[in-house]
Amino acid sequence: MRGTSSRLPEIIAKHEQDLLDQWIKEQTSSATRRPDLLSEADLREQSRALLNGIRNAIQRGRLDDITGSEWQTVRDVLNEVSRARAQMGFSPSEMATFVFSLKQPLFARLRAEIRETDPLVDEMWAASTLLDKLGLHTTEVYQKSREEVILRQQQDMLELSTPVVELWDGVLALPLIGTLDSARTQVAMENLLEKIVQTGAGIAIVDITGVPTVDTLVAQHLLKTVAAARLMGADCIISGIRPQIAQTIVHLGVDLGSVITKASLADAFVVALQRTGATINKEH
Amino acid sequence: MERIPILKMGEFLLVTIQVDMHDRLALTLQDDLTEMIVKNRAHGVLIDISALEVVDSFIGRMLGNIASVSRVLDAATVVVGMQPAVAITLVELGLSLPGVRTALNVEKGMELLRVSLAAPNGHADRQK
Repeated sequence: MRGTSSRLPEIIAKHEQDLLDQWIKEQTSSATRRPDLLSEADLREQSRALLNGIRNAIQRGRLDDITGSEWQTVRDVLNEVSRARAQMGFSPSEMATFVFSLKQPLFARLRAEIRETDPLVDEMWAASTLLDKLGLHTTEVYQKSREEVILRQQQDMLELSTPVVELWDGVLALPLIGTLDSARTQVAMENLLEKIVQTGAGIAIVDITGVPTVDTLVAQHLLKTVAAARLMGADCIISGIRPQIAQTIVHLGVDLGSVITKASLADAFVVALQRTGATINKEH
Repeated sequence: MERIPILKMGEFLLVTIQVDMHDRLALTLQDDLTEMIVKNRAHGVLIDISALEVVDSFIGRMLGNIASVSRVLDAATVVVGMQPAVAITLVELGLSLPGVRTALNVEKGMELLRVSLAAPNGHADRQK
């Protein structure tokens, strides 16, 4: 299917401007056009760059393999466009339509140029496969860039959600928010232990008000944190246990007997203050 | 043969582990310490492991054993200065050393020993 038999390169080269105009017309009239996200000038520029890239690549490279070095420019253009559009909030189908919408003007052109049926079908098939591949490539890049965003957000969440605060001299608090999994427990535990070393705190309050559900696994993670803190010489108090969660803990048969538990952070804080020998009095 | 020094401080014994613990060394320490407790009639043992960076299940169990032996000989054991990574490792290994008392540093460990010695039944909370 190399350029010897296919007239595709020749046709695209000859009618590039015409194809581009048709294609942009197609895109602007399409339902997936997003004038709110992408200006017409940008759309024109992206389309021109892609078509230009395809024209150059098709002269030298194979039609049925877009992984070769000849297609590098085309891939770069697609990568850039996909990434940009993924960040703008385009949906995958809107993204793929960008490439697929080239089919209509290209096929129309092919039909005008080639009269005989058999070669026409061959050319159309070749063009269709090529554009499908380019479209799939776009979707892949789109997906990848979205995954990168998700990964980054996950890491951000991991960092954000496990602060250790010093409530009083020698009293630390670890307010846990969100579901506890192994990775998060690990980060929380490390942060807490580091802070214990830094501040020399003797008491740490683990507040689970923000933990939506407590199952055996979460309870085990909590107990691990408590045990590790104890090994460092700090006592732990678990606070913020909601009524529903208290019931769940008992139903599950989780043994929290070795840990001081309090219903609210305020109660835990009072205990912690007593332990450190401090008292708070109202003035009147 | 390599040995870990055991220092006598009044009625307490102070052990500072400064080298990598291997199994033989740990066993020797356990032997030496038991002998020293009896010989000096010590009432408290303070083990400083702040320089210990690697633990395995054997060393973890050994720490527990030393505490149990000391308790039989009426000496309280406090392990001090455990590093965060070591603490996490021990917990992951399932060795949370239930019988061992812990403190953040030597100073706090000593205080804990003194308090526990002052308490009539030999048991005291961390409370002041």
